[in-house]
Amino acid sequence: MKRSSDDRKFRIGTGAFAALVLLIVLGIAFELTRQSALSIAKFGLKFWTTSIWDPVSGDFGALPFIWGTLYSSILALLLATPIALGIAIFISELSPRFLRQPLAYLTDLLAAIPSIVYGLWGVFVLVPFVRKLELATPAGMKKIPLFTGPPLGVGMLSAALILAVMVIPFTSSVAREILKNVPSAQREAAYALGATRWEAIKVAIGFGKSGIIGAVMLGFGRALGETMAVTMVIGNSPQVTASLFKPQYTMAAVIANEFTEAADELYLHALIEIGLLLFIITVGVNLLSRMLIWSTKRRVIAPIAAPIVAEEVAA
Amino acid sequence: MTANLRRRKLFSRFFEILCALAVVIALIPLAMILFYVIKEGAGALSTDFFTKMPKPVGESGGGMANAIVGTLILIGIAALFAVPVGGICGIHLAEYPGTKFSSVVRFAADVLNGVPSIVVGIFAYGILVLPVKRFSAIAGGVALGLLMVPIVVRTTEELIRLVPGGLREGALALGATRSRAVFGVILPAALPGILTGILVALARVAGETAPLLFTAFNNRFWSTNLTQPIASLTVQVFTYAISPYDDWHRQAWAGAFLLVMMILTLSIAARFAVRRLERMNRS
Amino acid sequence: MMMTDLRRRDAAEPAGEDAGVPPRIAAIVARDGWNAAVPAAGPAASSPPTNAHHAQKATMADAKISVSNFDFYYGAAKVLHGINLDIPDRKVTALIGPSGCSKSTFIRSINRMNDIIPDARASGTILVDGKDVYGGDADVVELRRRVGMVFQKSNPFPKSIYDNVAYGLRIGGMRNKRQLDEVVERSLTRAALWHEVKDRLHASALALSGGQQQRLCIARALAVDPDVVLMDEPASALDPIATSKIEELIYELKNNYTIVIVTHNMQQAARVSDRTAFFMLGRIIEYAETNEIFMNPQQKMTEDYVTGRFG
Repeated sequence: MKRSSDDRKFRIGTGAFAALVLLIVLGIAFELTRQSALSIAKFGLKFWTTSIWDPVSGDFGALPFIWGTLYSSILALLLATPIALGIAIFISELSPRFLRQPLAYLTDLLAAIPSIVYGLWGVFVLVPFVRKLELATPAGMKKIPLFTGPPLGVGMLSAALILAVMVIPFTSSVAREILKNVPSAQREAAYALGATRWEAIKVAIGFGKSGIIGAVMLGFGRALGETMAVTMVIGNSPQVTASLFKPQYTMAAVIANEFTEAADELYLHALIEIGLLLFIITVGVNLLSRMLIWSTKRRVIAPIAAPIVAEEVAA
Repeated sequence: MTANLRRRKLFSRFFEILCALAVVIALIPLAMILFYVIKEGAGALSTDFFTKMPKPVGESGGGMANAIVGTLILIGIAALFAVPVGGICGIHLAEYPGTKFSSVVRFAADVLNGVPSIVVGIFAYGILVLPVKRFSAIAGGVALGLLMVPIVVRTTEELIRLVPGGLREGALALGATRSRAVFGVILPAALPGILTGILVALARVAGETAPLLFTAFNNRFWSTNLTQPIASLTVQVFTYAISPYDDWHRQAWAGAFLLVMMILTLSIAARFAVRRLERMNRS
Repeated sequence: MMMTDLRRRDAAEPAGEDAGVPPRIAAIVARDGWNAAVPAAGPAASSPPTNAHHAQKATMADAKISVSNFDFYYGAAKVLHGINLDIPDRKVTALIGPSGCSKSTFIRSINRMNDIIPDARASGTILVDGKDVYGGDADVVELRRRVGMVFQKSNPFPKSIYDNVAYGLRIGGMRNKRQLDEVVERSLTRAALWHEVKDRLHASALALSGGQQQRLCIARALAVDPDVVLMDEPASALDPIATSKIEELIYELKNNYTIVIVTHNMQQAARVSDRTAFFMLGRIIEYAETNEIFMNPQQKMTEDYVTGRFG
């Protein structure tokens, strides 16, 4: 009798802390909404579709930031995905066994380097390099909309490059895990039918397809929310342009730069509304990616609740 | 047919080489970053860096003593917040893994893990800065703690689950209550791993900048007052990095070097600890 | 010591069997030094049976696969010891033996599936159609196309039934839709699955039952038109009804294919195979017509095993 009541106390006691975690997430959503109420009320949907950002006259439109965030993240994704998948494939399918652990560790290390250090390196090493690249761009090429603009170094290209490096470890470590979980019977079936090594790898990728898409999306989610490194190299100039050379701005960067300067309430609420949208987008992207990863894993192994923790802790 | 086969094999070889190349491509920036951080940072590191306060613009020298202490205070607060919350939550998830409530909470922890750190900063600002109208060490520490929570939750849950089932059943069979079994037997068995996980999580949040910008803010002066703005290594590095002064740039590299070394040491230590745990569990 | 001596003698006198002296079964065992290792089996092994029909010349002549002095290692562990075996064309040859006797390793050596395993190493020769599969000029991709394999657990790709069967052809470069359709139908028909799936060729293969999945894997293997089909305990994960379907199928297939089947189910070996090799601890103890193995085993070990005294 005593024992069961004690067990109930334990269950409720620990459950309270678990509920707190749930509450934090709800609290974030609630706070972000509450603190952006003024801006939401004043601008409505116009906030997302207009480009004027004028704290002085109190007119706010977030389109350039949304553009900058999506553009930089998509570029980063295009650059990072082939490399990250190549790494995952090399480590799980091709590498000699003694190299597997060290290579996995080294590539995971990319995730451990703080954003601010990426930013510092970006400012002093990457940006000057990109500037040289821009200066060396032939005049004919500079007529293409992708390469217009002054050779500043800071801008979309620098941001996309640094973001790509930063998301590679996230995508590759999850993709690696997915490939590791593909039953070897799948590869054997391919080999037994006369497949080459690459053809057998393609079978393994096909088997883990949705999980690998999830891994790519996880990287995308990271890129969307990345703040410091991007802030330091993107140039922080709100404009909607396809040019890789022109400075632009992202949602996270504008919050980082202007939050403490936001003198009046409307300005602050406009910034927090950007935060709210960032929250919604990243949560959506992350959940979708988790579901894809999870569904793949569930197909091959008995349900394990938190499969990628080991990687993340180790990173 | 043989020509076709030769083509297929070449194709295979080609892609295998591309994959190897991808590894090289990813390791280049890693090597470059580490190289620059060591080259620029190790030289700038001195005893002054650890013991002196920042000098005003124009005067060379000085250090980041206040920022180093600030970072330690901030991650201390973060741990005080995140370890009990995340740890006990993790215990609950491990002990009642199948319930609806547990899956909702696990889901929430996943969501929290994906929330950009700057957004978490806004939340901490909203609940801890705005009401008192003052940036504070507490707000910054809690922001970092919120980022730690999901990592601690999942590390704890995972490691408790790794504890051999026999241990738990043994304790329960002897008539121990659930709480006795968990706190007396299971948790101690999982503790080394959990502590490692916590250390790694701490190292990671120590490298965070964005959530501190408008919670802990920054402080040019020595401060250990938890209700006042406080300096941190990362924010200081940021401030110095975007400044136009060479001397400050050197300081920024030194700060970056310190951060990277701290994180490398902790993650290598964790690597070994995890490997040892795995070996223990296998045998 | 004795082992090597015997083996050398065997290598030096390949003509011995042509002279009609000791039959191959006894020779294999003697050569492997089984007597030395297990004295209990002594008398039977050392006294060669005299019945003329034990002579192996007939099957040797049309051997599809000819294995000689084949050893296999995982790292330092030697798991196959001097295997000698001639597998006849268009017959079913069963490999039986207690678990852990390396019969699976052996069957996977024939199409070099073990190449995938790190630290695995082979020595000796396996000739398929007179060509050494481990020879320097042998091509493993080409080999596996000619020597198909069906695994213990069915392993369809998470694709449609059609795409599963067409996989081997497509990687081989066949793009012609009509040709593909034709081969898919023919393969599924041969695998006795066509009538069950012809209306849902583009449904997922994973929706099939276990027995159907295994027949699909057989169809997939047949689609690339191999000469030999290796089956590694193909029915061990199936229920009795599905198993009997697979067995019927094997019986049908031997008209067109050389089949080697690993099984630990002796009734199955007795039902489907023409010849049976009994493996034990990485050695072949006895190899003969299936009837002989089950009705009149020459070795005490074999007799003990087939009568269920161990294994």
